[in-house]
Amino acid sequence: MSFDLYLIVESVPLMLSGIGITLKLLVISAFLGLLLAILLLLMRISGKWYLDWPAQVYIYVFRGTPILVQIFIVYYGFPQFEFIRDSIFWPILREPAGCAIVALSLNTGAYVSEILRGGVLGVGKGLLEAGSALGMSARQKFIYITTPIAVRLALPAYSNDVISLLKSTALASTITIADMTGIARTIVAETYAPYEIFISMAIIYMAFTWVLQKSFGLIEGYLGRYAKREA
Amino acid sequence: MSASDADPLIQMQNVDKFFGDFQALKNINLEVHRGERIVVCGPSGSGKSTMIRCINRLEEHSAGRIIIDGNELTDKVKDIDAVRREVGMVFQSFNLFPHMTIAKNLMIAQQLVRKTPKGQAREIAMHYLERVKIPEQADKYPIQLSGGQQQRVAIARALCMQPEIMLFDEPTSALDPEMISEVLDVMIDLANDGMTMIVVTHEMGFARSVADRVIFMDAGEIVEEAKPEEFFDNPVHERTKLFLSQILAH
Repeated sequence: MSFDLYLIVESVPLMLSGIGITLKLLVISAFLGLLLAILLLLMRISGKWYLDWPAQVYIYVFRGTPILVQIFIVYYGFPQFEFIRDSIFWPILREPAGCAIVALSLNTGAYVSEILRGGVLGVGKGLLEAGSALGMSARQKFIYITTPIAVRLALPAYSNDVISLLKSTALASTITIADMTGIARTIVAETYAPYEIFISMAIIYMAFTWVLQKSFGLIEGYLGRYAKREA
Repeated sequence: MSASDADPLIQMQNVDKFFGDFQALKNINLEVHRGERIVVCGPSGSGKSTMIRCINRLEEHSAGRIIIDGNELTDKVKDIDAVRREVGMVFQSFNLFPHMTIAKNLMIAQQLVRKTPKGQAREIAMHYLERVKIPEQADKYPIQLSGGQQQRVAIARALCMQPEIMLFDEPTSALDPEMISEVLDVMIDLANDGMTMIVVTHEMGFARSVADRVIFMDAGEIVEEAKPEEFFDNPVHERTKLFLSQILAH
């Protein structure tokens, strides 16, 4: 079997031209997913069943179905409904990229809300009692004690989810989006050289992951500064 | 709304507390006057911690009345806030906020609850850190301090809120032996200043030298209540005698 180095040199820049779209899918979905996750988390820990239950059902549905299926439902399924075509969301859902972002956000929101909940549950009960004893209200305790500690606790699992989301953006190529994977698939279709193209693409994703990993490492180090014995 | 000095600062009347079917407190009656120092002892699970945790509503009592300086503890948030403003608490496990510096630990509740401006809150914090003899640690994080130092910070943090009453829930039980006295010294200092204190502890030396009254609890009841000299030298109840023989044996 031959391995065409020239083809790699030629196609890597082409694939990198899709990095903008991959980044756009990642950043917007991660941001919207995080907002959704915070909302779901607040519903989960509200202590009110009529908020908790819908959030639980939502999380179950989105964790219980493949993300690819969710992308297909948004992309192929939603336009069949007239009320969706008439809604203010139609300009977004008309575009493949909009559909991918919606599906990725809805999906990652479910996972991240559970990650955040893990962080919240990890905050020592004694700390909250100390807050109560000092006269702090439930809201003040949540903002000044629970949140900063929970964020620190949830960060490693959260970075894991963002890296996973990066890889999920590749699924957007299945609905005609020319992200890095989409471009790679086009090149493969033209050159019949899947080996060279997909391996170089894998390396690009790995480089990307390395950047994400390092960035989260820095944030973790900063937020965890209080957990080190030496100043 | 402050009751007169003659009235007890803390009144517990026929207080019961249930955890599910388990009765943790049985018909507790206790009065503590301004400036009194009470030591509570008893075997583990006897309800000592539960009793003092009811006083600042970390536990909700199931029946009876608890009145702190004229404010009765009810379900109303206003009443609970009023009581918590007057009652400071020190925990066995310190419970310092790990993500805040020592100074911030002392300032946060002043700023949020008392609305004290930052500069003034810092001054008050430094005043009490000096009082517990660790002002030089102000800008460190809790994990960088020894257990004894952390507990002294926790005492200073409670004092920053200028409470009328201080509750101590086994404040030296989580400490290495060599650190116990530095914490007890701060507590003795506080007692000498006239602070009203309820201390759950097994430090019988502290009880003997500082307490106005010693309360012995067992199985959720106050079994015996006496001045320290009577309590240690002539305990009345069999359960008290047994407990004292066990705890003073070593």
